[in-house]
Amino acid sequence: MNDPVAYGIAILAVLVAVFAGWHTLRRREFGNPLFYAVCVLEIVLLALLVGGSIALGRTSRDVDGVLFISYLVTMVVIPPAAVVWGIAEKSRWGTGVVVVAMLTIAALSVRLLGIWKGAYA
Amino acid sequence: MPERSDTSHGFGRVLVAIYAVFAVAASARSIVQLITEVESDTVVPYVLSAFAGVVYVVATYALARNHRRLALVTIGIELVGVIAVGLLSLVDTELFPDQTVWSDFGRGYVFIPLVLPFVGLWWLRRTSRGPASMV
Repeated sequence: MNDPVAYGIAILAVLVAVFAGWHTLRRREFGNPLFYAVCVLEIVLLALLVGGSIALGRTSRDVDGVLFISYLVTMVVIPPAAVVWGIAEKSRWGTGVVVVAMLTIAALSVRLLGIWKGAYA
Repeated sequence: MPERSDTSHGFGRVLVAIYAVFAVAASARSIVQLITEVESDTVVPYVLSAFAGVVYVVATYALARNHRRLALVTIGIELVGVIAVGLLSLVDTELFPDQTVWSDFGRGYVFIPLVLPFVGLWWLRRTSRGPASMV
């Protein structure tokens, strides 16, 4: 767990948010390209969950383990929830839910780095 | 296009999503604090965190299920809470040794807690006029 990983995921999430926001503004339907974009992020987040858990086990840092893992799990759960909710909403705002979810992922990723570094202890 | 004047559809779906995020964030933070950090002389921020968490959970439920009066009450409490706690945390820093969602007008959450109740009230007002005026 380090700066490039956390900020890389945050930037990726913001990019997907911008893509989803473009859908919202242009009243585009929730299409395959957006779905695949969310899928790519989800795969990265699953990798983060596994990698983060292993890193937590190995590190000698004083990381709040429960908080750290709960953030990792929350981040994995958010994208599928957003996709289900986004598709359920038939108006332009369905993709708006994805925007909110992706920005949440970005915020959580930056906070996760803070937890790793013990910034909130 | 939402066909009902319902707080949970259209833009309301996005609003419910944001409220849900804050419901989880505030109550999860509160639970962690209550388990790990409470000491007798620092009870205020933790009780407040728990209260804020409950307010967000109820507001999310009210908006999602179109309970307009309950939504109005909880969003009203949220508005008063964020302004009162924001002011208090600036005036008396001793009172809030630890962060809550509403400290410093929600600065730790990029001031979304300050903006959210206004958006919520606007949305309740907007949806009360009927389907014709909805975006």
